[in-house]
Formats: sequence, structure tokens, C-alpha cells
Amino acid sequence: MSNAKIEIRHLYKIFGPDPVAMMEKVREGVGKDQMIEEFGHVLGLSDINLKIPEKGIQVVMGLSGSGKSTLIRHINRLIEPTTGDVLVEGENVLEMNEQALRNFRRHRASMVFQKFALLPHRTVMENTVYGLEIQGLAEKEARKQAAHWIDRVGLSGYEENYPQQLSGGMQQRVGLARALATDADILLMDEAFSALDPLIRADMQNILLDLQQELHKTIVFITHDLEEALRIGDQIAILRDGEVVQQGTPQQIILKPKDDYIADFTKDINRGRVIQLKTIMSPVNDLLGPELSGEMMVEDAAQVVTESPSSQARVIDDSGRVIGAVNITNLIRAMARPDIETRLEEL
Amino acid sequence: MNWLTDFPTLGREDLRDFRMAIDRGFKDFTRSYGDNIESFFDPLLYFLIWLEKLLLATPWPVFILAVCGLAWIASRSKSIVIGSAVSFFLIGFLGMWEDTMSTVSIIMVCTIVCIGLGLPIGILMSRSDRTQAVITPVLDVMQTIPSFVYLIPVVMLLGIGKVPGLISVVIYAIPPMIRLTNLGIRLVDREVLEAADAFGASAWQKLIGVQIPLALPNIFAGVNQTIMMSLAMVVIASMIGVTGLGQPVLRAISNQYLAMGLLNGLALVALAIIFDRISQSYGKRLQSHRTGGHDE
Repeated sequence: MSNAKIEIRHLYKIFGPDPVAMMEKVREGVGKDQMIEEFGHVLGLSDINLKIPEKGIQVVMGLSGSGKSTLIRHINRLIEPTTGDVLVEGENVLEMNEQALRNFRRHRASMVFQKFALLPHRTVMENTVYGLEIQGLAEKEARKQAAHWIDRVGLSGYEENYPQQLSGGMQQRVGLARALATDADILLMDEAFSALDPLIRADMQNILLDLQQELHKTIVFITHDLEEALRIGDQIAILRDGEVVQQGTPQQIILKPKDDYIADFTKDINRGRVIQLKTIMSPVNDLLGPELSGEMMVEDAAQVVTESPSSQARVIDDSGRVIGAVNITNLIRAMARPDIETRLEEL
Repeated sequence: MNWLTDFPTLGREDLRDFRMAIDRGFKDFTRSYGDNIESFFDPLLYFLIWLEKLLLATPWPVFILAVCGLAWIASRSKSIVIGSAVSFFLIGFLGMWEDTMSTVSIIMVCTIVCIGLGLPIGILMSRSDRTQAVITPVLDVMQTIPSFVYLIPVVMLLGIGKVPGLISVVIYAIPPMIRLTNLGIRLVDREVLEAADAFGASAWQKLIGVQIPLALPNIFAGVNQTIMMSLAMVVIASMIGVTGLGQPVLRAISNQYLAMGLLNGLALVALAIIFDRISQSYGKRLQSHRTGGHDE
């Protein structure tokens, strides 16, 4: 997870009749509000720098109008930036010619859309083979591969249905199957689950996480929902008014919000589901008690520890070595208090 | 203050010269290129004559069965099939079979030409706003100029006969085909197009795989309108030598034969209704995927 699969550097996007001229103004320090009022241009994205790790899930979170959907469309260049670079495995997407870009979209990056964007005149099967058809794969082989993905997203038996005959959740499964079928190792998900109701959304998150355990794709996931971001993200970038306000792991975002804006966002979050034991454990002493993984969430640990007679537990790392200890007081404090400064310095 | 009350006009002489110059110019054009243009349209003429002969040579029960078969395939509606059969039977029974076959053949050729020309023009128009801005006024002229007016140059150029008739019908009937193709493609959901882009579809793959299929209901409405308008124009085109149901109507007008005019007119109405119902119900069936039951 250390290598950056996708690297975005100094990316700016200005909407309006003369974005290039406006870039000068931006360099001179003109802000977003002044840009609209004085020059009639919208500063969509401002100096975005992002390293997206390989085989991880990078979440980009922001409220509507923060520029998150614009940002994801720069990765496969559905939107042209005003200036900046988008490097995928070191190759600049923005310098690709038409043919190279088409090949990039066909083979290396596929996309799932908020409103599904399925082809209404095609069945589930025909929608799923769409990307393969564009690649030019023979129909028989394409159908065989598509059938596999339809099965993986749990839609077997619905191959001949039209999208309109399916519920929203099922339609988005088709969208997911369509994107997975092309075998691209980058998956761009633009608010993919936002249009679904909460139960279905949780369901889809599970499907995605299950698939990811096995597929190890590089996923860029856009959402406006912090719970969703914390649940599925390995890395989170928070976007506000076209700027990245904070980047980090879910724990870093929760435990060390960079400013009031983010603190306000995170205050209603259930910390017990985000914070891991290794973040809050105290140094080892000769305690006894059950052995728990350092990556276990506080909430889950609380349950185990409450039931254990000693009201405490040992924390172990991947190789089974004891690296620390927690007791019920630690756990409750972690769930209740935002300021756990000591351990954080090590993160 | 004469200049206020008298409208400034070109002098009578100048005006005459102006008109004569245009006429002369067009006549010269006709003399030098008329033959070439006529031979250019020859394949169309042969096709039209061949089709007409084919329809006339077809035994009437076979023709009626074929129409019923087509109606069933397109509409899956018993009443349309029965209605078509009864109408054609009555047309034949009342002695209008041959004229009807001529009309059907010219309508078929017109429709083919209109689709063949209208579809690509409509697609071009949908691809750029500039093309649309150029073509739209041309279509406006074609649809509003009195049809007799453009009969004049067509007759001057090609004389009287089937081909000039066909051309005037096509001019009259093609605008809805072009307009609705353009509209249909422009109305295709932007998000679906974006998805096609995201999967790396080329312009051609988008056109064939997404835009045309999704525009098909509108395109079919265009085909339907084209057929209706060519049926309306067939009567006027009979003035310049198009055979078919229009000619008896024309004769009936000049001789005040009420019954003859009425019967032939009604035969045209019957044809119009049959073509309309068949093409419309086919257009609707194309959209069946949009109304599929929602089974959660």
C-alpha cells in the first residue's frame, strides 16, 4: 500500500469562459469568492495534491459543491483540468492522445456512477458486457466473463431483466458488475451508493469490501457521507470548496481533526467503530486476559473485555507478539473523549 | 412627402428584368445539366417502377396477408390486423386496387429515401449546434413554402413524371424525419453518454450503441410523420404526373364527381390510418423496456 498508484499534482479546475486567464489571478492569490463576484469564474478545484495508494480504498469526502465529483472525473479525464498533472503509474493521463486515452479508459480505469447510468434498452447481461464489447472482445467470451461478475454481485437469475425492472440496489450491482468486468485495476466510484437507502447501502458496502479483500483494486470512492467514508476508506481526503482540508487514515481524521470544520463533522461519529486498540493501548505490564489484535476496533474490544473476568486484555500484533494492554477504562475513554494526544504522535 | 406614403419599390422594368434574369439563369442551368440530373435519378425511377410492378403482380390475397403479417409483427394487436385486412379488401372491392398499389409503392420509396437522407442529416445536425443553426431555417422553408412553388423548378428541371413527383414529395415529407432524429439524439441522457465515455467508447460506438437506440422512439415518430406527410403530398404530386389515388381525386375536382373524389379520398385516409397505427405501435413497442414491471 505504500506506492502511489495515482498521483494528482497541483490540479486546478476553473469553470468559466476564460479559465487560462483566471489561472493568473489564482496565482496572484484571488480566492474562490472573489473569483465569482469580480470575474464571474468558478474555482472548482484549487491546488489538489493527492497520492492514492495502490490496492487501497481512497475515499474523497465532501459536501455537495466541494468539487469531489469534478475531482474524480479528472482521473479518467472526463473533465479537462485547467492546469496540473494526473499521473497513473507515472504516466500522465493529461498528455495521452485520443487513442491512448480511450485505451486507458477501456482497460485500466472503470467507473461506477451515482445514478447508475445503465443503458435502459439493454438487459442486465447486455449492460455488464458493455465495457468488454467496447474493448472489442468476442461476444461469447465477453458473456462468459460477464456472467461471472453478475454472479459475484449476487444477480444470478436476473440476466435477462431490464434495468427498469430492478430496484435501485440491484441496478447499482449491475453498475458494479459492469465496472468489474473490464478487469481494470482502478475503480472509480462516484457517490456510487449515495442514491440507495441506508440498509441497501450497508449491503453494497459489504459487497465492495468483500470483493476488495480478494481483488485488491485501487479504488477511488467519492462520498458525502462520513460514516461511509470511515467504514470503507483506507485513506480519506476531505474536500471543501475545492481544496483538500485534511488527508489521513480514518483514525487520524477522527482523533485529530485539523480544524473546526472537520471537528464539527466528526463529532457525531461513533468513535468505537473507528479507533483501533493499538492506538489507545497502554504499555505492557504483566496483565492476563484475552489476546486481541491491535487492529480490532474499540467497540468490539469493549464487548470482549466486559465479559472477561479480569476486565482487561492484551493487545497483540500480526505475529502474535504482545505489544500492549487495554482495560475497560481505556476503552470507555477512547469512545467518549476526542483528545488522546499521547499515542497519536506515533501514528 | 412622397417617400412616406409611397413605398420605395424597384422600378417596374427593373423588377421584370430581375425576374427574367433568374428564370433565364435557371433555364440555362436546366439546359446544360437537366439530362445529367435526370439520369442521376434513373436508379430511383427503375426502383419505383419495379416496386409498382411487383405490387401489381402480387395476387391480392397474398398482398393482404403480407400487410396483416407486417401489422401483427409490428403491433401485436388483433384490431389493427383486422382493420388493415378489411380496409384493403374494401379498397379493392370498390375498384381502387391498382391506384392504391401505385400510391403504396411511391410512399414506400419516399419513406426509404426520407430515412436514407433524413437519418444521416439528423445525426449531423445533432452533433453540432452550428450545423443545427444552418439546417433549421432550411427545414422551416421546406415545411412552410407552398408546395406548388417548388413544383415549378422541379418540373422545369425534370419535366413531368414520377421522379419529379417523388422529389417534391420527399422535399415535403423529410423535415420531420430530420427534426425528430436530431431531437431524439439530443435528448439522450447525458449520464448514460458519460458512462459510455468512461468505458472508452469511440464516437461511432456511442452513436450505434447508445445514441441511436435511445433515440429510436423519436426517430420512429419521425418515420411516422414522414409517411403521413407523403400521403398528404401524393395528391398534389399527382398534378405533375404521379400515378395513384391522387389522380382520380384531381379528375374528380375538375369534373365535380363527388362520389369518386370521396371514395379515393377515403382510400387515402384508410392507408394513412393503417400506416400510422402500424408504425406508431411499433415505435411504442420499442420502448417496452421503459415500462417494465418493478418487482422488488
